Amino acid sequence: MTDTPAVSIHNLSKSFGGIEVLRDINLTVARGEVVSILGSSGSGKSTLLRCVNWLEQPDRGEVRIGGARMGVDEATGRPLSARALAAMRARTGMVFQNFNLWPHLTVLQNVMEVPVHVQGVARARARERALALLAKVGVADKAEQYPHTLSGGQKQRVAIARVLAIEPQVLLFDEPTSALDPERVGEVLAVMRELAEGGYTMMVVTHEMDFARAVSDQVVFLEQGKIIEQCAPEKFFTRPETERVRRFLELEG
Amino acid sequence: MQSNWDTLWQHRDLFIAGLANTIVLFLLAAGMSFVLGCVLVYLLEGRDNPARRLLRLLMDLMRMLPFLIFIYLLYYGLPALGLRLQAWNAGLIGLTLYYGAYFAEVLRGARLVLPPGSLEAAYAHGYRRTKAFFRIVLPQLCMRTRGETGNLLIMCLKDTSFLLIITVAELTAAANTMSSQYFIGTEAFVVAIALYWLLGIAIESLIRWCRRFGRARGFEHD
Repeated sequence: MTDTPAVSIHNLSKSFGGIEVLRDINLTVARGEVVSILGSSGSGKSTLLRCVNWLEQPDRGEVRIGGARMGVDEATGRPLSARALAAMRARTGMVFQNFNLWPHLTVLQNVMEVPVHVQGVARARARERALALLAKVGVADKAEQYPHTLSGGQKQRVAIARVLAIEPQVLLFDEPTSALDPERVGEVLAVMRELAEGGYTMMVVTHEMDFARAVSDQVVFLEQGKIIEQCAPEKFFTRPETERVRRFLELEG
Repeated sequence: MQSNWDTLWQHRDLFIAGLANTIVLFLLAAGMSFVLGCVLVYLLEGRDNPARRLLRLLMDLMRMLPFLIFIYLLYYGLPALGLRLQAWNAGLIGLTLYYGAYFAEVLRGARLVLPPGSLEAAYAHGYRRTKAFFRIVLPQLCMRTRGETGNLLIMCLKDTSFLLIITVAELTAAANTMSSQYFIGTEAFVVAIALYWLLGIAIESLIRWCRRFGRARGFEHD
């Protein structure tokens, strides 16, 4: 089964109010691969990521996670039951631009919440694992604090620990550093780089060109809902095929 | 010559029984209406549809109904439809439904302005609707509506006095009995007011104590 892609996307299209934001997207992400999704704002890159975990339902096409169809029951062609959809979603883990930590729970409770209350993991085991994950992302000392006392970079690292706790097959990063102070960006990217080196499969929507170049195995460039370039980072950043990407790279420096 | 206060003291059992009734009715009605309010907001979660519009209409009609007329109808009107409630039960049901609608409206107001991110994160992490609402959304709504909740609790306490007209022997009814049987209305009602104030202050203290939860989490500030 190792040759089944972690994520495969076929002929994916999505419109909002008559405007096509994704047009016929095809993309395969191998296990352990890191894909950076680039493009200017409004190009559809966040929507693409949100279609992978079905926070947005595409109008056409399909998404598969480890071979299993997301959102649609293979046998009947109908939408998955709420239970099956939730289970499929937990195979992916999404990190949001605005962290979206649960503000009424402590940092530790945020990380323990899903394992204990959704996945049925014993509390003691979940706690041990949560503390280990918080240590891994460097915020173990914040375990008993509430999210509002943390800096943006700390919040995002907690959000990463929270998502790792559900043991997803694929990590989805939706502009994870865009809401951070410039001096906090590095600490989050360092954690992400470590995850990439640890073998996680990652899809990363980002504006961090250095990260995309150094860490990803594949770069995808979206323009008006279509993939206009898709290649290895070295080629993308040195020999792009389209004028559009050349212009984009100049502007992004 | 016996003073009015002496007469009151002689009949203190009446007040104690009335006060006990008021406290029990208030505690039960407050608890049940809060739970009802939470359930109603849960039912309103999701895309607008005819059932949810109807539910909102019913909540509005309930909130806009004078409470006195509502319990009057519950106790004196329902028997015409073949449903006869005991006065105490009618009072409890009336308070619960009435304040359930108010609690629902207060929580709904907080729900409308709740940033969508925390619920979206819940779904992305594999939550389903019901559990996401009760574990992620509702606790935040409760912590963000402390002030309004305190207000409603005090109104609920005071509205137990309307149950006098359906013969519930609560605190106001006790004062009223002293007034009509012994003609010491002023003193009796002064005592009743003092007792309502004490209960109100107790409620307010509890609500103020709850402030720590919101403050620790950054929902409230100094």
